[in-house]
This record gives sequence, structure tokens and C-alpha cells, in this order.
Amino acid sequence: MTDLLELESQTLAAIDGAGDEAALEAVRVGALGKKGVISALLASLGKMSPDERKIQGAAINGLKDKVSEALAARKAALKAKAREAQLAAEAVDVTLPARVSGLETGRIHPITQVTDELTAIFVDMGFSIAEGPDIESDDYNFTKLNFPPSHPARDMHDTFFFPPDASGERKLLRTHTSPVQVRTMLAQKPPIRVVCPGRTYRSDADQTHTPMFHQVEGLVIDRTANLGQLKWVLEEFCKAFFEVPHVAMRFRPSFFPFTSPSMEVDIQCRRSGGEIRFGEGEDWLEILGCGMVHANVLRNCGLDPDVWQGYAWGLGIDRIAMLKYGMPDLRDFFEADIRWLDHYGFRPLDLPTLAGGLSG
Amino acid sequence: MKFTLSWLKDHLETSASLDEIVEALTRIGLEVENLENPAAKYAGFVVARVIEARQHPNADRLRVCIVDADGEPVQVVCGAPNARTGMKSVFSPVGTYIPGKKITLTKGTIRGVDSNGMLCSAAELELSEDHTGIIDLPADAPVGVPYATYAGLDDPVIEINLTPNRPDATAVSGIARDLAAAGLGTLKTKAPAPVAGKFDCPVKVRLDFAPADAHLCPAFALRLVRGVKNGPSPEWMQKRLRAIGLRPINALVDITNYVTFDRGRPLHVFDAAKVAGDLTVRRARKGEKVLALDGRLYELDDSAVVIADEKGVESIAGIMGGEHTGCDERTTDVLIESALWDPVNIAQSGRKLGIVTDARYRFERGVDPAFCIPGAELATEMVIELCGGEPSRLFVAGAPPKGTKLVDFPFSEVRRLTGLDIPKAEGEAILAKLGFAVLSDDKVEAPSWRPDIDGKADIVEQIVRIAGLDRVPPNPLERLEPSVAKPVLTLLQKRTRTAKRALAALGLREAVTWSFIAEPTAELFGGGNPALALANPIAADLSDMRPSLIPGLAAAAERNARRGFRDVALFEVGQIFLGTGERDQRVAAAALRRGLAKAEGAGRHWLGGGGAVDVFDAKADAFALLAALGVPTGGLQIVPGGARFLHPGRSARLQFGPQNVIGWFGQLHPDALEALDMEGPIAAFEIVLDALPAPKARSTKAKAKLERSEFMPVERDLAFVVEKSVPAADLVRAAQAAERNLVAAAQVFDVYEGQGVPPGRKSVAISVTLQPKDRTLTDAEIDAVIAKIVAEAARKTGAALRG
Repeated sequence: MTDLLELESQTLAAIDGAGDEAALEAVRVGALGKKGVISALLASLGKMSPDERKIQGAAINGLKDKVSEALAARKAALKAKAREAQLAAEAVDVTLPARVSGLETGRIHPITQVTDELTAIFVDMGFSIAEGPDIESDDYNFTKLNFPPSHPARDMHDTFFFPPDASGERKLLRTHTSPVQVRTMLAQKPPIRVVCPGRTYRSDADQTHTPMFHQVEGLVIDRTANLGQLKWVLEEFCKAFFEVPHVAMRFRPSFFPFTSPSMEVDIQCRRSGGEIRFGEGEDWLEILGCGMVHANVLRNCGLDPDVWQGYAWGLGIDRIAMLKYGMPDLRDFFEADIRWLDHYGFRPLDLPTLAGGLSG
Repeated sequence: MKFTLSWLKDHLETSASLDEIVEALTRIGLEVENLENPAAKYAGFVVARVIEARQHPNADRLRVCIVDADGEPVQVVCGAPNARTGMKSVFSPVGTYIPGKKITLTKGTIRGVDSNGMLCSAAELELSEDHTGIIDLPADAPVGVPYATYAGLDDPVIEINLTPNRPDATAVSGIARDLAAAGLGTLKTKAPAPVAGKFDCPVKVRLDFAPADAHLCPAFALRLVRGVKNGPSPEWMQKRLRAIGLRPINALVDITNYVTFDRGRPLHVFDAAKVAGDLTVRRARKGEKVLALDGRLYELDDSAVVIADEKGVESIAGIMGGEHTGCDERTTDVLIESALWDPVNIAQSGRKLGIVTDARYRFERGVDPAFCIPGAELATEMVIELCGGEPSRLFVAGAPPKGTKLVDFPFSEVRRLTGLDIPKAEGEAILAKLGFAVLSDDKVEAPSWRPDIDGKADIVEQIVRIAGLDRVPPNPLERLEPSVAKPVLTLLQKRTRTAKRALAALGLREAVTWSFIAEPTAELFGGGNPALALANPIAADLSDMRPSLIPGLAAAAERNARRGFRDVALFEVGQIFLGTGERDQRVAAAALRRGLAKAEGAGRHWLGGGGAVDVFDAKADAFALLAALGVPTGGLQIVPGGARFLHPGRSARLQFGPQNVIGWFGQLHPDALEALDMEGPIAAFEIVLDALPAPKARSTKAKAKLERSEFMPVERDLAFVVEKSVPAADLVRAAQAAERNLVAAAQVFDVYEGQGVPPGRKSVAISVTLQPKDRTLTDAEIDAVIAKIVAEAARKTGAALRG
């Protein structure tokens, strides 16, 4: 028995002393392997008398269990230690910068964002989106819109022209999105509810004018559309677009060849510093032109003005973008200065929705 | 259109304040653009008496003046030689802003004597250039009265932004009529009385037009006034003309300008002594020249209408008179012209000659034909009053048309078009005050001064603008159908929106660049079609419609580089132009990366990379876009090389077959960079969204059933050695083609040239994934497939397994 006790203490000491899994395995093989000391003791049981076997058997098996347990415990401890060492070795400086995602650096231009905002509002009101070419005929840009040839009203638009083609026709860059009205009326039967965003061009350049700019046209044609409805549409639009509960608008009589009565619309605001707030204040700011579609325009587009009636409006997308988001200079819109784009641009997934709010 | 408050009150009896008038003008459609009161400039200046002027004790040239400006006597030091005891002058106390000196007066001590203000010269008030002495006012000038009031400068100038449809409001009288209709007072414009002529007008007028041209001059009235004495016009007239920005010339000329603004009736005066024989009104002859009143020589063609005498052209009809027959102080006999001209012809001639005058402004909008003769009478009356003389009878060639227009106008139109329920009596009263005759049976006669009235909507407009647009009640636009809003965007509209968000998500910044670019750049990028060059570009480098978005983006990148931001990644989704036809416009999506702005992040990074952008950055962007748009790329061909602005070895065309090119990607050619005057490298792509195939129409929204194999896929790596010129894609295709049922994927994971690989060849390693569908593959089966792949690769590309 003394031998067994000594063997036990020696073996357990060896297990404790094993510095790594290999050393521990050597101890295990030495004790419990095929040729191990304890295995040999177990093998010797068969040569013993039943009585002796009973006593020795319990003692040797007890030793085996103890050693097995100690081996397992030591193995777990060694594994934990090794894992710890591994983790320590794998540690990095987590303050180092990761690769930057495009979602962080990408930007949407304010014109796109505002166009998406307009679309969300007007589509909810039941409008479709119509488009037309930038290079237009004089007929669609002017004549069908009731601009008589050589009338001074044409001088209100500083028009870019192309050289006359073989047939003598001189095309132009559309000076407004109104020709899309004509295209829509010629292409589809009333009732019509469309908005037409797009690029427009006038030969003009200063702080508030660029030779290219963006407009959105609106057109409603049916049997009952009237000025009161136009007022409602524009007021609802302005509230939704500027995201304010209330706006005050002023409709002033004006003149456009393609509408009668014609109006310009001012919106009430307060200016302080570089900031403009809507729905309060003492100032009036002109934001759009509108009116009842002129009978001649309806006729030119094949509609009987005694049966069909409607209204139209046009407003500057760049202009309302500036008003809403506070860019001071129109020219910056087309400069692509990345500092400006980073600052005034929108994040890639800032998709305006009415459900989530236009500007988040 | 500018006028002064006192001028308006010549025509409008009103108790309304200036603010009320200004507010009303804007409310009824005569938008006040500018309001200026010259008196504001002279705030503080008062009429004063010099109680005593004595010699300054310490300066020979200075005087010490005690001034009475209706308060405590004030002491000022004055350097004017004409300062003297008892005189009346203009005094400005401390704190007054002196416009002529651009300073605000402070209390001062001049050579030991206190000075509390200033006695002013005309130059200091910017009244004239005279700074030789202080203003010497008449002895009866009232002390203490503001100088502006005393001098009649207290007359606010109102400028309205006149819309081109309102020729009647080019007259102060017309503006007064609108205000009277809006309830701001009573119109008191007097109709001119006919002047009895003493003799026949010795100069006759012949309208020399072909019948088809008769509209060019419907009427021409002429009268001689002889024995006039021409000199400066009276002060009140000069003041008004100056206030609206006109330069007084002499009484005869000033009268024509005055009537132009007062009644919207342009006139012309000839010095009769300088007119040879009778006058002929006709089309100009090509090459005829005339020295006009602006001192410039104009060469005419037969589109312009002129007034000629026996010697030649004396006046450009309705636009500008000639220098030769102009009136000056020596004029004793004057011919007064009041004529009617064709608006379209005047507009065209004026534009062609580049002459902008108050006469053209009115004639091209449409001058009241009914006032042609009265205008001549009014001018005659004023000439006689201001210059004396004896009038002839009026000679009238042609006859002024009536100019009124009958319009159908059921009163219900007001409600139909506006929704406003206005009492009929109120509406008709407005029309009457505006000069419209309301007739029975739903008809209205528009007055001769309103050529803009065309139909019943225009009549509605008159009523609502005067009644007040704020009275029109808003009413909601109901939905056409009581249902949830239907989708409305077209495929192209949806793709345009998605493309922008997708490209932004790749870290690109959206730019919006000009639709027009410089001609050489357009040409380099496949444009340069003369039909797409603007006839009147705003600048030489904005001359041609763009055939591609890249030039604009490249220029934007270059501008950023010049500001110190060299590594930029930009995109644009917008129109490009292949021709002037309406189907020649496309929507393209393009991105451009410059310098170190690589797809995985811009600039250097501690994790490595940080190299310059290359063709694969462009390719990555292009394919990410196609993926975002849901365009299947299985059938997409990548054809090496591209347009001449692209690096031939680092670019490719993207196509679904030769007839269906959708775009390209690559690095810009060094020559193109040189032409664009910029440094590279630049990697870019451009895809035409219109060219992308539409998704297959499907009858159900349900997705196709997912097929998943139950068996493990097997992956094997194969390294081939192949001619350098063989595209890796050919090797991949060969591997896929070898056993279509089993090869699920084949991907290049390594390309190597150099030691161990013979010169002129490269090693391309691909990883092949085999996906069994019905059972696990045995080693023998796998080996057989691999052998097939190797054989196919050898057959198609000459590749051999790397030993």
C-alpha cells in the first residue's frame, strides 16, 4: 500500500508539474498508457487471489480514477492558460482606423434629394412624374404655350439656340419645364395630374442665376380644377416640403403667356443672419409662378377649354433647396467642390419618405 | 416703369398713404420692385439763416457763423467765400450724413473755435458739381423747413416690375386707373382737347407700303408748330424726368419723354427746318444708314420701318429718331409726330439693331391706338404752353383702328375658373372702372389700351386681381380614386433613383455638372456634332451638348485638385446628348475616381493598399451598379479596349452583344488627360441606363423555387500556365464549360509572372467548385472532372497545368 500511496503522490506531482499539454501527455502515457505504471498494476490484478484482488483492485482503481481526474483538470488548466497566451499575443491596437465604408463618405446632391422629396409629396397627392427632352422645339417651348412670335414675353427668357437644321427648324434648350405640360396634354387624355422635374437653361449668370438650373412643373387638368384648388395644392405642398405645421402664402397677380389668371406666390418667412424660417416673420419671399392654364394652350393641345380646365405651376428646385437647406450661393450647386458636397450633400440611404419624414 | 408719387397724384385723387399705395400696387399685379425717396438722402438738412458771419480769429480763409435753423443759434466754422451775414443757406447739424463727402458730421474744433455742424455746398448734397461756395437760397426760404421739402425733392420714386402684357401700365395714367379700380381713389386724368389749327400742315406724309405691309403703320399724325422758342423745360418737368432717370434735354424733347411716361404715348419731334420736303413712311432699303439720336450710325435692312424725307432716312420708326432732324435750342418750327407701329415689327427691329428705348418698350407691347390723335393734341397743347408758337391743322395719314375687342364673358366663368363667388354687381363695377364695357348677352368690350385681353379667362383675371386673390378660398384636390396611391415611376425613373443611391453608397459623391462642355472635349468624347453646338453659348467652354458625363466630372475633379483635394471620387447620373432629336437624349450613370481615391477607400491606409486608382476600381463600381440595378450580368461581354479617350490596354466595353453596348470602364488615355489639362490616373465608367435590358415580365411576385443540393460541394485549386495574351476569363469559361452540370463556380485567385514561369507566359490559378446534385462524388469521379477541365482549358486556351 505504501507503494501505491507513493505512486499516487509521485504521479499527481508529475501532473501538477507538467508545463504543457505534451508533458502532461507523457505523464498520462507513463501512468495510464499501455505500458503505464498504473496499467501494469491493473494487469497484475489477474494474478492475485480473489481476496487480495478485492483489496488491491479497489485501491488501484481508486488510484486510476484520481490520476484520470487530475489529468483532466490539469489539461483544462493548461488549455485555459494556452488560450490566454494566444489571446494576449493576438491583441491589437483597436484605436487604429478601419477601412471606411462608402456609406460614410458617399453623398447625394441636394438637387437629387429635393427632387426625391418633391416626388414623395406629389406622388402621395396622386401625381405622376412626366419628363421631356432638354433640347426642345420652339413650338413646344414657346408657340404652343401661347408666346406669340416676337412677343416681348419671349425676351423674359434668355434662350439658348441651336443652329437651324436642314429643314430650317431652329431647336433650343428649353427655358422652362412647361413644354412637358404640352407633351403630356398631347399624349394623354384628362384627367391629368403630373409633375415634371428637369433641367432648364437660360443664358444668364450671376449669384442667383446660372445658365442651367432645375425646375419642377405641375399640371392638373380635369373638369373642375380651379384657382382655389391650386391654392390648396401649393399650400399643402409648402407645408409638407418645408416640414412646418403652417405656412402663410401670398398670391400676387402676375403674367405668364401660358396661364390666365396668372400669379406669383410669395411665402412668409423670417430672415435672421443667414437663416430663413418659414411659417413666421414679416418678410415675403417669391417662390413660384402659377395660374389657370390658358385657353389657347388647351386648344393648342387639342383640349376644348369650355370642357377642360386646369392649373399649372413652376418652381425652381435649386431655389427651394437653397431656402430649405440654407445654401447661400446657387453657383456652388454646379461647382462639385467636395467640401460643399460633403457639407450640404445627403447620406446615401437618406431616402425621403412621407412615412419617415422627408429630412429624417 | 418708374414714376413719382406727385406724378401719380396728377391722375389719382386719393387720400391713401404711400404705404397703402405701394401695398395695393403689388396686390393688384403691379409689383413694386423698388421704392426710393430722395428726401431720405437729405435727412437732417434744413433751411437756415446766417445770423452773423465774422472772421475766424486764427484763419484768414475761415469764417465763424452763427446759424439760426429754427432752434438755438448754432456756431459753425465755414470755409466758403460766399458765407455772409443774413444769407439763407442749407445747414446740417452734427450727426448728419453728408452724401457728397460720404461722412457723418461730428462736433469739431477748427483752429481753436468750436464748430457744431456745417453750411453746405451743392456738391456736398450731390445736387451738382458746384463746390465753390455754400448754397445761396432766396431770402424768402423758410427757416427750419427740411431742405428736401423746400426744394421739392420729397417726392418718392416708385418702380414697378411691369409684366410685358400691360402696355397700359407704361403710363402713369394707366397705373392710376388700376389703383382707382382697386378703391384707392378717383381717376382724374383729363382727356386732351383738340387744338384748332391755324393752317394746313405744310409737310405731308405718305405711307408707302405694299398692301401686305399695311399693318406696319396703321396711322401717322403730324402737325407743325411754328415760331416756337425752345429752351430748358420748366423745373417741375425736369425734376420728374430726373427722378425717373431721364436726362432733361430741352422743352420740345422733354415734352415727348414726359407724354411717353405720363400717357404711355411715345412721340417724336422733328426740327422742321431740317426736314427736306414731305415725309415717307416705308420699309428701309438694305444698306441705308441713319445717325440716330444716341450718336451711333445704324445700318438698316428692309425689315425695319423708317421715316424718310427727300434726303433719306430721318428716323427709325417707333424706336429712335435721327440726329440730323433733332430739335435743339435753335429750333423755331417743330413737327410733332404721333404714329402707330406694328408691335412685332418694332420688337424684331429693336432686337436686331440692339436699341432699347422707352418708345420701343411701349410700341412692342402695344400702344393704345385710340390715343394716337389725342396724344398729338396733348403734345401740341404742351408745346404751345411751354414754347409758344402757332399750330397747323393735324395731318393724319392712315386711320387709327378702334382697338377695342368684344369678348364672350358669362359671369359664371369667375366661379368656374377660380372657385370665388363674387357678387355680379361688384365684378361688373370693377370691369367698368378698368374701362371695360359690360354689354348684355354675356359680352364684354375690352378697352383699346388692353391689347392683352384675349378671352374670358383674362376678364376673370381682371376681376380677381382687383377684388383680391386672397378672397379665393382654398379647396382640396380630391383623389381621383378612393384607393391607396398607385406606383407611378417608370423603369428608367426607378433605375435613375437607385443608381444614384447605389453609387453614393460606394463612397462616391454626386456632382451635378453643366449639360454643355467645350467643343474640343465634346469631340474627344465622341460628340462634336455641329448640330449640338449652341448658336449662342454663354461661354466658349460651355458650347456643346455633352456626349458623356465624364468631361464634366473630370473638370470637377481637376477643380478640386487645384484647391488641394486631389483624391476625389465623383459620380453623376444625368442626360447625355447624341443628337438634337427628342429620342437622342439618354440617361447615363458615370463615376470617376482620381489619384488615390480607390474603391476600397481613399488615400494611404495602415492596412496597406493606398495605391493609385486603376481600371479595376472602375470595373468594381460599374459591376456594383449593375448589381444594384438588378441587371443580370451572365450574358455581359467585357470586350478589351475602348474609345480613343481610354487607355487601350486598361479599358473595356460592356455589351450584351455587339449591337447592344451598354457602356465602358477603364483608365483615361494619357493623351486624353493631356487634352483635359489634368493629371491622372483617372479610372472611370459610364453606363447608359436606357440601354440596360428590362427585367423579364413575370405573372407572379413569388420568387422561383430555391434549389439546394444536399451534397457537399468540392473545391479544387488548379494553376495553369498560359500565353500572357490569353484573357483569364477565357480560362474561367473553359473550366465552366467542361462539365456544366457539376462546375458551379470557377474563380481566379492568383495571377503570376516571373521566376518559374517561362517568359511570355503567366500562371493563372483558379479555384473550381464542383456541386454534385444527386450523390457524393468519389475521388475517381472528381479526378475525371478535373481532367476534363484541364483538357478543355488546353483546347480552348493552350493552357497547361503548372508542374
